[in-house]
Amino acid sequence: MLVNQFLFLGAILFCIGVYGVLARRNAVLVLMSIELILNSVNINLVAFGAMWHVTDPSNLSGQVFALFVIAIAAAEVGVGLAIVLLIHRNRQSIDVNDVDLMKG
Amino acid sequence: MIPNLLDKVWIVPALMASSFLIILFFGKRVGTRATAGIGIVAVSLALVFSVCVAGQWINRVNNPPTGAKLAADVVAANGLTPQTGPNIIGEIKATTTESGETITSGTEAMASSESGAMSEMSAAEMATMEPSASESGAVTTAEHAATTEGEHASGEHESVPPIVRTTTWFTVAGINFEVGTLLDGLAAMMLITVCIISLLVHIYSTEYLHGDIRFTHYYAFLSLFTASMLFYVLSSNTLQMLVGWELVGVCSFGLIGHWWEEKKNTDAALKAFLTNRVGDMGLIVGVTITFFAAGATSFNVLHINEYALAGHANTTLLLVGALCLFGGVTSKSGQFPLHTWLPDAMAGPTPVSALIHAATMVVAGVYLIARLYGVFFTGLGIGSSSLHYVAFIGGFTTIIGGLLAFVQTDLKKVLAYSTISQLGYMVMALGVGAWTAGVFHLFTHAFFKACLFLGAGSVSHACHHTFDMREMGGLRKKMPITHATFLVATLALAGIFPLAGFWSKDEILAGANAGQQNAYTLMLVFGLITAFLTAAYMGRAYWMTFWGEYRGHAHPHESPKVITVPLVILAVCAVLFGFTNFPTNFFGLHLPGGVTTRFEHYIEPTFAFPPLQHAEFTPWLAVVSTILAAGGLFLAYQYYEKNRGPHGLTQRSRVARAGYTFLENKYYLDVLYTDIIAADTKGPLARAAYWFNMNVLDGVVNGLGTGARRIAGFVYRDIDQLVLDGIVNGSGSVSEKSGQVLRHVQTGRVQQYAAILFAGAVVLAGVFVFVI
Amino acid sequence: MKDFLNSWGLSLAVFLPLIGALIMLLIPKAREGAHKVIALATSLVVGLLGVLLLTNFDYDKSGTLQFVVDKSWIPLINSRYIVGMDGISLPMIALTLLVVPLCIIYSWNHFPEPRNPKAFLILILILETGMIGSFIAQDLILFFVFFEVVLLPMYFLIGVWGGEKRQYASLKFFLYTLFGSALMIVSFLALYFLSDKVDVGGVMMHTFDMRQLPALATGISTGAALWIFGGMFMGFGIKVPMFPFHTWLPDAHTQAPTVGSVILAAVLLKLGTYGFIRIAIPILPHAAEKWAPFIGVLAVIGIIYGALCCLAQTDMKRLIAFSSVSHMGFVMLAIASLTSFGMSAAIFGMVAHGLITGMLFFVAGSTKERFHTLDIARLGGMLKQMPHMGWILGFSVMASLGLPGLAGFWGEFPAILSAYNPGGGLNVAFFRVLMVIAALGTVLAAAYLLWLYQRVGFGVPKAEFEDDPHIHDVSFTEWLAWTPMLVLILVLGVYPNLIFKVTDGAVGNIVSALSGHGG
Repeated sequence: MLVNQFLFLGAILFCIGVYGVLARRNAVLVLMSIELILNSVNINLVAFGAMWHVTDPSNLSGQVFALFVIAIAAAEVGVGLAIVLLIHRNRQSIDVNDVDLMKG
Repeated sequence: MIPNLLDKVWIVPALMASSFLIILFFGKRVGTRATAGIGIVAVSLALVFSVCVAGQWINRVNNPPTGAKLAADVVAANGLTPQTGPNIIGEIKATTTESGETITSGTEAMASSESGAMSEMSAAEMATMEPSASESGAVTTAEHAATTEGEHASGEHESVPPIVRTTTWFTVAGINFEVGTLLDGLAAMMLITVCIISLLVHIYSTEYLHGDIRFTHYYAFLSLFTASMLFYVLSSNTLQMLVGWELVGVCSFGLIGHWWEEKKNTDAALKAFLTNRVGDMGLIVGVTITFFAAGATSFNVLHINEYALAGHANTTLLLVGALCLFGGVTSKSGQFPLHTWLPDAMAGPTPVSALIHAATMVVAGVYLIARLYGVFFTGLGIGSSSLHYVAFIGGFTTIIGGLLAFVQTDLKKVLAYSTISQLGYMVMALGVGAWTAGVFHLFTHAFFKACLFLGAGSVSHACHHTFDMREMGGLRKKMPITHATFLVATLALAGIFPLAGFWSKDEILAGANAGQQNAYTLMLVFGLITAFLTAAYMGRAYWMTFWGEYRGHAHPHESPKVITVPLVILAVCAVLFGFTNFPTNFFGLHLPGGVTTRFEHYIEPTFAFPPLQHAEFTPWLAVVSTILAAGGLFLAYQYYEKNRGPHGLTQRSRVARAGYTFLENKYYLDVLYTDIIAADTKGPLARAAYWFNMNVLDGVVNGLGTGARRIAGFVYRDIDQLVLDGIVNGSGSVSEKSGQVLRHVQTGRVQQYAAILFAGAVVLAGVFVFVI
Repeated sequence: MKDFLNSWGLSLAVFLPLIGALIMLLIPKAREGAHKVIALATSLVVGLLGVLLLTNFDYDKSGTLQFVVDKSWIPLINSRYIVGMDGISLPMIALTLLVVPLCIIYSWNHFPEPRNPKAFLILILILETGMIGSFIAQDLILFFVFFEVVLLPMYFLIGVWGGEKRQYASLKFFLYTLFGSALMIVSFLALYFLSDKVDVGGVMMHTFDMRQLPALATGISTGAALWIFGGMFMGFGIKVPMFPFHTWLPDAHTQAPTVGSVILAAVLLKLGTYGFIRIAIPILPHAAEKWAPFIGVLAVIGIIYGALCCLAQTDMKRLIAFSSVSHMGFVMLAIASLTSFGMSAAIFGMVAHGLITGMLFFVAGSTKERFHTLDIARLGGMLKQMPHMGWILGFSVMASLGLPGLAGFWGEFPAILSAYNPGGGLNVAFFRVLMVIAALGTVLAAAYLLWLYQRVGFGVPKAEFEDDPHIHDVSFTEWLAWTPMLVLILVLGVYPNLIFKVTDGAVGNIVSALSGHGG
């Protein structure tokens, strides 16, 4: 089995995600893009895990890591959406460019 | 039977220390009378104790210890090892003790002194030596023949080791720092001197400081001072001496500044303390040097002296050490050029001036030389040189002090300069090797100078607290007792036969004349000039104060008994104490050996002491010095009494000169003295000396002070605050500036950060892939 | 009892103050009385524990560590929890245990603005933990931790309760000391990696154990040892403080609240000199020999320079602060002499300076409280207006200028004495020159202190304060806090053996490794 296709898919998703994070102004879309990045990583992890599985059936590290990432992604989205909600409540906007309180 | 008090002399300072504590803590509560009472009782007890101690010491000299007892004493005195022999020029002589009692060996064996082998032995080994010594059957007593020449009619001194009782103070790095008492004739003499004068001052002050706001403080300090002084004179080691030395300095500081509301007084107190500190620096270094020179094992005075007198001593080191120690002497005992504090110290109450700045504390320096005589003797080569620093400074100081006394109008300052001059005398005497003479002068001077100061206080007490002689005059009728005692003390100070000053001054001159190997001719000249000066300025003060018409505005009256009785006692001392060292051959008068040179016999150490030659009584010197002194008094009389008389100078002078018509030449000398020498001395010369004193010497001191402050200001402002602090502040501001530049990177936009992060990751990935 | 002390005594002494602080955290800020009582009780209990330790200390074996506890702490780097007390740390611990309760008593009615006794006292208790810990730690990392623990509470004490320029002063203090600490920890690490390994349960590991390092560090090359010593020199020297690293001290002292100044002078400065005696010299004796002349010169410059700066001051507290520079110079000179005599003198000097300068800061603080100024020109006539305070100031001044019979003398004179004959193969003539210059310092010390006393104590009160009702004589709490210090100054002066006896056995170990060591 070739992993190339999977890696290719992962790379495309990753690029889309990065584009979303950097270019979109809507905070919800930024969060979704982060999900894309994370899932592209998941694809890579599972792909390599499956590849390893052939030589060493007992090794499930890739799959386990993917599960970890999914769990963390869920938590991250939860916290992220809560922040976005609060920002929206306070500023009536979810434009990330408006949130620059940390400016030095 | 009185128990052996020689072991227990620590009680004397302890008495005064407890008196100090009682007054300090309860003085305010019990009132002024009780406070003074506590002090007086304590000093009286101390005096009684001291007299008993002195008696026992005399007894000990008469019946010197022998055998194992002597060995034990030697060990105790030495501090460390029973090493006595090679350090002291010893001779074995078959001799008898002073009392004529023959010591037969077998019952009491002698302690060794001279044999090198013996010197290595411990006390225990000495004890085992006893049988063999007895076998020899020799009727001998080994002695540390400090007086090898045997010039005295009284014969040789036995070796009488001082009583040293020490206990460990603390131990550091294997060095045992001891505290203890060293009692010998010198210490006993000082005990008595200090106690007598302190007692009289205590009594005198009850009236003199009656109603003073700080009566309690005054008595507390008086007790503390006496305790410290006694502690100092009884010290068994140099470190302890240093402690006592500083403590008396503090008491002096506190008492000079007794009326500290006025800046003048505190200035004087500060000047005294700081000038003494300069000397103390020398003392500290000197104590350190002598400690290390003598093997870095003990501060014991006798140990250091023994080392210094041993043949193998490092003379260069001892010279440096002696000069450093002399730095301390210079300040404490008012030697040129550090004497300037002493006249200012007269700002304190007069009884204090009598006790501290005339009789006791200022002689601490002289005492130091006398105590560590081995160091000075070897270091300066007193036995072999004809001129050295200490003797010269001593001699020079006498002149300087004497000249300055002429231009004073303040009675106390005349006495202060006189004290400087007389201290110079003592130092000079020790410098030329006339140890006994110097110490003897210390002893006699204490009494008549205290008498003079207390007399001046009595006068001022009667004249509205002024010491200005221009506002006095004619007091002899109004204050007969004060006048009489002042006169006696003046004559004693001037060295008029047969008062105390005559004997001691004369011994010094004889000592300077004879020298050790070489005659100290210059010192003799100094001494003779001063003998004249002393008489002249004292005559001036005497006539200005007590003769003529009263010029002040008060109503002088004789002081109460509390004041006059101490004066009388001191005057009696001034008359009698000179006879304690009556010469063996006084113009052909040979008194029995048990009467002459008693002072020398009992006071001069015979243990760890250099072999000195003792000058005989020199008739021509005695005559010359007396003539000089009388001439001084006479000239003063001419100048100050006659000149100012209502009938004019010439008439009175003619009457006065008439008494001397049988001495033709005297007439011309009279003119010479009065019009040329005295006038010039009193005028330009003394003024120049005083100007030099006030401007050059004081100016240097003040200049150093201002200079130090200027430098301090510069160092603080320009170096500390500008450069060193600038570096610190600069590094802080550099970090801040760079932060200011970099803060613009922080936009607060998360996406921008992410973009930077991503770009960084890409670059790193590129590096990772393409470069590595 | 003995067993209990052996296993728990020192640890309890270190951490009890921390426990007290924790209890205070739980009590509301408003209950000031409770806070004062708890803080005082804690410090007194620790003091009592200290007394027990002191009485159970075997003075015949003051050279060996006692009450040793050696437990595993950070096994990864073989840093262990090792505490112990010997003749060198004992006087320092005793000093700390004495000063802290006295400071709390003094603060009772004297809390500086903005008051808040809770925070103030908690910080002092944390300080106590840090100070005691530093004096008993026998592991470099443990020592470093305690050394740094001290820093923060003091920073807050100065920064919150200080004078007008408190922020500048506290920051300067913090950064200066931290800079030194950074170099010091680098030196510690270098020491760790360059010294030989020891066998820890079968595995060869490097160690931070101060007890073993002197033997293990012999293999370090001379060059490396010099650099390592240099790092420690910076760390400890800044704390002392040595010229020219002293500029934080006057600012910190001047701005700190009274109690802060007292603790700073009495104990904190001693961490530096203690570090030299405990760590730098025993572990790297040959580097110390190379550094000693340099340290000696800086010490002597500090003596004279500090004294000159004192003469230029117009502020009483700043003057006392500069006098610390001068006095600690004597301590450093004694240490630089590398003799066991000098080490004993240095320890005595540390204790004496702690008591005397602490006392002077107390008096300065009380003066400030009454007059609201420390400008020397405006003060005067203290003896007339407040006789007891005037006498106490006079007593402290006399002690500070090294009057024999009071404690200060035994710090100064032995230091001079030890410089005459330095150990460790140092240049004798060179040190004798230093000795003479140091002796000159005693003259200057008398000058600035007496000049201060003349202007503050003598004379008559200035018109502006003549009838000020706020000016009263020594109060009850002040007597309570000062009496022990005054008594100790006198007792140590009269009977210095109290300290020399303890240190004498211990300092021998330090100099034994020096070349040609001797007394």
